[in-house]
Order: sequence, then C-alpha cells, then structure tokens
Amino acid sequence: MADLSIDLAGIKSPNPFWLASAPPTNTGYQVQRAFEAGWGGAVWKTLGEPVINTSSRFAAVHFNGQRVAGFNNIELITDRPLEVNLKEIYETKKRFPNHAIIASLMVEPKQEKWHEIVKRVEAVGVDGLELNFGCPHGMAERGMGAASGQQPDLVQAQTTWVKEVATTPVIVKLTPNITDITVVARHAVKGGADAISLINTINSLAGVDIHSWNTIPNVGGQGAHGGYCGPAVKPIALSMVAECARDRGVGVPISGIGGISTWQDVVEFMLMGSTGIQVCTAVMHHGFRIVEEMIDGLNNYLDDKGLASVTELIGKSVPKYSNWGDLDLNYKVVARINEDNCINCNKCHIACEDASHQCIEMLTNAEGKAILQVREEDCVGCNLCSIVCPADGAIDMVALDSGAAPLTWNQRNQVISGLNGSYSEAEVV
Amino acid sequence: MEHSSPLNTFTPDMFMRGFAEAERGLTRKGAIEESNRCLYCYDAPCIKACPTSINIPSFIKRIATDNLKGSAQTIMDANPVGASCARVCPTEELCEGACVLNDASAPIQIGLLQRYATDWAINSGVELFKAGVPNGKRVAVIGGGPAGLSAARELAREGYGVVIYEAKELAGGLDTHGIVSFRLPQSISLWEVEQVGKLGVEIRTGVKVGVDISVEELKAGYDAIVLAAGMGYVPPLGIEGEKLSGVYDAIELVETTKTGIPALELMGQRVAVIGAGNTAIDAATCSVRLGAANVKMVYRRTLAEMTAYDFEYEFAKQEGVEFSWLTLPKRIIGDELGNVTALECVQMKLTGETGKDGRLTPMPVEGSEFLMPVDAVVVAIGQKRRVDLIEALGLEHEWGVVKIDERTGLTSDPQIYAAGDIVFGSGKGEAMVVSAAQQGKDAAYAIMKQMSGLQDSVLGSAV
Repeated sequence: MADLSIDLAGIKSPNPFWLASAPPTNTGYQVQRAFEAGWGGAVWKTLGEPVINTSSRFAAVHFNGQRVAGFNNIELITDRPLEVNLKEIYETKKRFPNHAIIASLMVEPKQEKWHEIVKRVEAVGVDGLELNFGCPHGMAERGMGAASGQQPDLVQAQTTWVKEVATTPVIVKLTPNITDITVVARHAVKGGADAISLINTINSLAGVDIHSWNTIPNVGGQGAHGGYCGPAVKPIALSMVAECARDRGVGVPISGIGGISTWQDVVEFMLMGSTGIQVCTAVMHHGFRIVEEMIDGLNNYLDDKGLASVTELIGKSVPKYSNWGDLDLNYKVVARINEDNCINCNKCHIACEDASHQCIEMLTNAEGKAILQVREEDCVGCNLCSIVCPADGAIDMVALDSGAAPLTWNQRNQVISGLNGSYSEAEVV
Repeated sequence: MEHSSPLNTFTPDMFMRGFAEAERGLTRKGAIEESNRCLYCYDAPCIKACPTSINIPSFIKRIATDNLKGSAQTIMDANPVGASCARVCPTEELCEGACVLNDASAPIQIGLLQRYATDWAINSGVELFKAGVPNGKRVAVIGGGPAGLSAARELAREGYGVVIYEAKELAGGLDTHGIVSFRLPQSISLWEVEQVGKLGVEIRTGVKVGVDISVEELKAGYDAIVLAAGMGYVPPLGIEGEKLSGVYDAIELVETTKTGIPALELMGQRVAVIGAGNTAIDAATCSVRLGAANVKMVYRRTLAEMTAYDFEYEFAKQEGVEFSWLTLPKRIIGDELGNVTALECVQMKLTGETGKDGRLTPMPVEGSEFLMPVDAVVVAIGQKRRVDLIEALGLEHEWGVVKIDERTGLTSDPQIYAAGDIVFGSGKGEAMVVSAAQQGKDAAYAIMKQMSGLQDSVLGSAV
C-alpha cells in the first residue's frame, strides 16, 4: 500500500481527497460523515454573510440515458450564521485532528472585512483558508466571488489583505470565467497566495424545457445563469490546471477541481500538476461513500506502478504539455484496423467518410467476409475512427517512421527566418 | 375425471391469466437504456437481416431521443404489420441475430424496442400515414392477412383504390386468428388492419372469392389483383380415428382461443400434439393454458430436425410440454361413445439417409408399436393449399403453390400477382409474417410499375 498522504503548501492531509466547498460541506454533521467515509479533507462551504437562497437551485445535463454528465447550480454560500459554522468547525477539527479542514471565505473586497473573518476562523483551528473568488452567480452581483476574481488587481489586493493577518496557508480559488486563467493565478501569487485551487464553476444554463419553454432550473418561471461542474467540465478544468502548472510565474501548489469522479481522474489531475484534488458533483450524485472506490482504485494503481507515495505523481505529465508550435510536424500515426476485433459496425467508415479524410473502405475479402480497411497513404492520423470505434482493440493508431527528423512549427520558422531574414513569419506562411 | 368439480372447471379468470400477453414489454426506462446501447451502425447488418428492411438504427435512435411517433413511422413505413412482427418475428434469426453486439456483449433487443414504439403508436392513436391522391386505378386484394394488408397499404398510399376480399369475419390472417394470444393479442393485428382501413382501403369481410364473388367479376372490375389468400387448415393425417371426438385441428384450436373462451374442453386432459412446427408448439402451449393435465408433442423425427424455432421449443419446455421424439402415430383409438382414449404409435429410428429436404429420413422400428393413453389429439402437420381458389383463378401452380416471378410476384396471369403463404413452398425459406409483408409490398410495387408503364406507353402514343 502506497502512502497517500499529501502536504499542500503546509496543509497536511491523510490522502489527496478533499471535498470542495459546496453543499456536501455545509455542516459539521456532513463533514464528519465525510471524514468517517474516508475523505482526507474538506473545504467548508463558503463562510460569509448568511444569504437567502432560491428554490429550486440545481439542474443537471443527462447524456444518452446516463444521469449527470454535467451539473449546474444557482445555490449561494452558506445559509447559516458564522457563529454556528465556527462552532461546528471547532468540534469537527477536535474529533478529526489529522484531517484537513479549510475554511472557504467570501466577503466584500474591503481590507477590514477580510482581516476580521480571517482572524475569527483561524481562532477555531482551521488548517488553511480558501478565498472564494470564483462563485459565478448571486455573490458576483454584489461585487464578490467571480466579480472580484475576474479582476486580477482585486485578486492580488484581497490576497495581500488576507496574508497580512493569516497564520495558516492561503489558497486562492480561481474562476474559469476569464480569458486566461494564468493571469489571475499570477496575481494571486503576487498577493502572497500559498496555493491556488481551480476551477470554480463555469457560467451555464443547464437547459430549456422544450415543453414549458422555461429555463432549467427555473424559479417560478424565471431563470438565471448558474455554475457548471461535473464530469463534462473535466477537460476544461484539466487544461486550466495544466496551464497554471507549467506557468513559471505561478509556481505554487495546485488543488485541482473540476469533474473529478473516479480514481483515474485523480491520477490525471495529479500528473498534470495538482498536489491534491477536490470533489463535489460525484458526492452530490452518489454520496460520501464514492471516496472508498477512489481510494481503493488509486491504491491499486500506485501499487501496480510501483510507486511508494502518491506525491510521486505530482506534475509528471506537465513537461509533456506545451504549445502547438512545439509539436513535431514530422510525427506520423495512421489507423490500422484489426479484423479479429472488428465487429463491422462501420462507424469508422462513415465518420471518416463524412467528417475526416475518406480513407476507410468497406470491402469484401477473399472469403467473402465484409472488412474495413484504411488507405494509409491518405490517413492523416486524426484518431476519429478510433474514437468512434466501440470495439476494444479494433483500431490501433500506429506510429510510422516518416524518415524525417523531428521538426516543430517553431523550429521550422526559425530555420526559415535564418534562411531569409528579410521575410517576416507571416510572409513566409 | 371430475369435470363437475369447480377446481376442474376452466374459468374466465384462468382464460384471462393464461391468454394475456406473456411478455410484458419494455418500461420507458428500459427502452431508453436499451435504445441508448444501440451503436447506430452505418449500413447496419440488422437492416439487411430484416426481410422488410426496417431502418432499425433509425427507429431505435428515435426512441432514444424521445421521438416515438417518428420511431413508429420508421417501423410501420417499412412493415405494415410491424407491431405484430415485433412480437412474432424470430428476431434471433433475423435482426438480433445480425446485431454486431452479439459477440461483443449482447445483441440489442430490437423486437422489444419495436414493440415499445408500435405500442406507443397504438395507445396514442396518432395518424402515421396518409392515403395518396386517387389515381383512378383499382386493385383487388384476395386475403386480408399480412401479405394482403401490406400490398393494400402500399397501393393506398400511392392513390390506388383498393378492396380487400377477406373470407373470414375479421381481417389480419394468421396474425388475427392463428397465433396464440399470449404471444400476439388479437387487438394488435386488428390495429394494423384498422391502419390500412384508415387509408381508404375497403375491407370486405366474410366474402369468399369464387363463392360470394366470381373470378370474372373481379377480373373485370379491377386493373390488377393481388392473391394473398394464405393457406388453409391442417390436412388430414390419413390414419384411422381422425373423426373421433377429441381430435382437433391445431389452427382451429388456436383460432377458437383468439376471441374468447373456447367451447372445447381440455381441462385435466392428456393431450397429444402431432407435429413439431411453430403451430404445433402454439397448439401445445395453448393446450397447457387451457388446463390440460399433460401435453406431449409427438414427432416422428428428433429435436435436430424439428422446424419450430429454438425459442419456441424453449418456451414449450418451460410451459411443461413433453416431447416424444421418433414417434409416429399409427391410429387414434376411441371408446364406444366415439371419444379419444389412446394414440397408437410406433417407434422410429433415423436411417442415416438424407431426404430431399436435407433431413435424415426416419424409419419405423419393427414391432415397437405401443399405446399412448390420451383424451385429445391435436393435429399440427402443416396447412392445406388453396388449390380450388388457385384453379378458379386459372393460375399455374405446383401442388397448390402458385408459380410466380420471384421478383415481382406476377403469376401466370398478367393481371394477377401473388404474395404470402400462397406462394410459399418447401425450399423457399420460412413462411414468416415478415416475409409475407415484404412480398405484399413487392407485389404492390410491381403493380405500380406496371401501371405507370402503361401510363407511359399511353402518353407515348399520344405524343
């Protein structure tokens, strides 16, 4: 059994599985149930001025008969008084001293407001703070959450104010509702952030009811944008984590968030630079017990890979993530169809025919059996056929030796500009 | 036997339970899950395996995307008896047998999905198709079974004036009368008849061609005729005792259960069913559900040669039907009142020689005669050909099988096309409802082609 414990910017946790600041961490009762189930840490549902919520609040996107491909909410921060939350945080920490409890905070962008709340939550023994600059709905209209998270200077200033009084590590939670998340990440670091967590939810409208023509969800026939999360957002979150992880101007530990539902997701986020991860939607869907499957799967994976500690995963794939201009233009893969595993659904043929490069032919072999065959000389190696193929092992993407030395777009341009310095890149193109 | 005891009386409640549709069909959730499992293959093998070429991936995708009207239209467009076929098609040997998921996981339950969509159409009462603009051409269809209905439906959609002449009081053919209700309720078949009727097709029931209306009248009154009169009841076994009380025709037996509690009494009886085709199985399971104490199927060959589908055989076994293989009935024995008391049989053995049909030939084992005590005998050894009708129409035939051009269904009379069981002969595949439907369609298309060809030539001469 590998060591699953982590240390995220000084916050120690028995495993990398934290609950994100969200409905499952609203009360001491819930967080204690979560710790009993195996969660290593919890980011308490955002503390701040108690707010009034709407009914209804949640909606989900279902896909091809599967529930909750994506999840959307218009719920706000904690709906309970600060004193109650602080008392329960204290009790929970006392019962679970080795688990990580992080207080998520959101107040008006004023120095004294931040100083006051930081002092009060640290007094009850939290292990760290997470500044919620991400919530895209409700709070943003009051200048908090994503409204301040979308302004890099405001992120920096507020982080600075927190750091002026904080004695525990400060994590800044970033909103994805911005053009370049690394800009805000760098400003958080400039403000003294010890770590960043990302992503918060993405602006969303879950759907429109095609019969009533109401939004989904709706509040008495009226709707507003919410925050999107769940499995569907994972690729967006992963790319933003990766961008921050490889940005030298960021350089602080990352708590990865966004659609993590399985142990494989956890491995991916850690390989892409996360020190720990946070989960919400999977728990909304299945309850706290889902962590048992994640821990077990992660343990077996680490054992299989011969890794003694989960921390050995952190950032291992980051060097493999760069820019398009650094990709080898001479690398060539082609699709090969394995007749033994092919079930002749012809999905590859029609996908290639209608949506790619028309190079998969439906043929009949010498024995009169229908077969599919790739004309490799016309295959561009796009992967589409292998993506739509439902049969295990029926299509392999095989690397061919192009005979040419690796050459990236950037190298190519350097060579060209070296040959003729008087032409600009654009002119060469 | 205590026929008077209430425990031994076949009650309406027993009938309701025994003859209600056995398969419950998919729930909405089940249909959504199953339809989402379909890969939506391109050039899908299931379509090719369907004699009526239903666009199966399309109708399944329409279920998955909650477009049940579109799904039902896709099914019924290709197969005018698609609701019946959803229940009686040997899907393991057709669409589901061809599903690419057979080896990968499990084939899509196409039959059940087809039933789900057509059940929706039946329950919603939605109009699926419209009649074509009348083109002034008239076609008579003899026989209102699957083939006749399919021909009529296709012709009506193109504007032909169609009259179906149906000898029985209800149209639908074997779907209405000859398949046990617990597999195919009569209401399903009658809905299909109604759909055809709604397109303006006139269905004259209780009218026998050659008896109630002459062949000359038909030939004079219509531009074309589709002969789709199917086959008749079971032919005689040709053994002693067939006239005894307690000897039944399998098709008649099933037919009597289609509209209500049959007048015959099988409660507590020992029943021997002679034959091993699908109708024999239907007769056997029907007997079980009519309260028979013991049902044995008597067949002169073995399991390997029987023509019933595997799933039918499995169903019969589950129903408690017993099988006497390699057993040839020699004589039906009755008491002084004329009631069946026993079936005299002889044991058979397979000779190792192959007959014309490719099956091993059975031979009696000398001296192996024995008596099988039974109270009833149900004969299910095939169906009679409609030689009288075929000859009244003056058509060439071979042993009652109308000779046709395989592609068009055209008979030896250029005005008459034939489709369905009336053209079904040995060595021509299986007499399936779905094949009959396609033959009916083909005959309709051939008529349209012939008629438009005539029109073309008329136009051509006018120019």
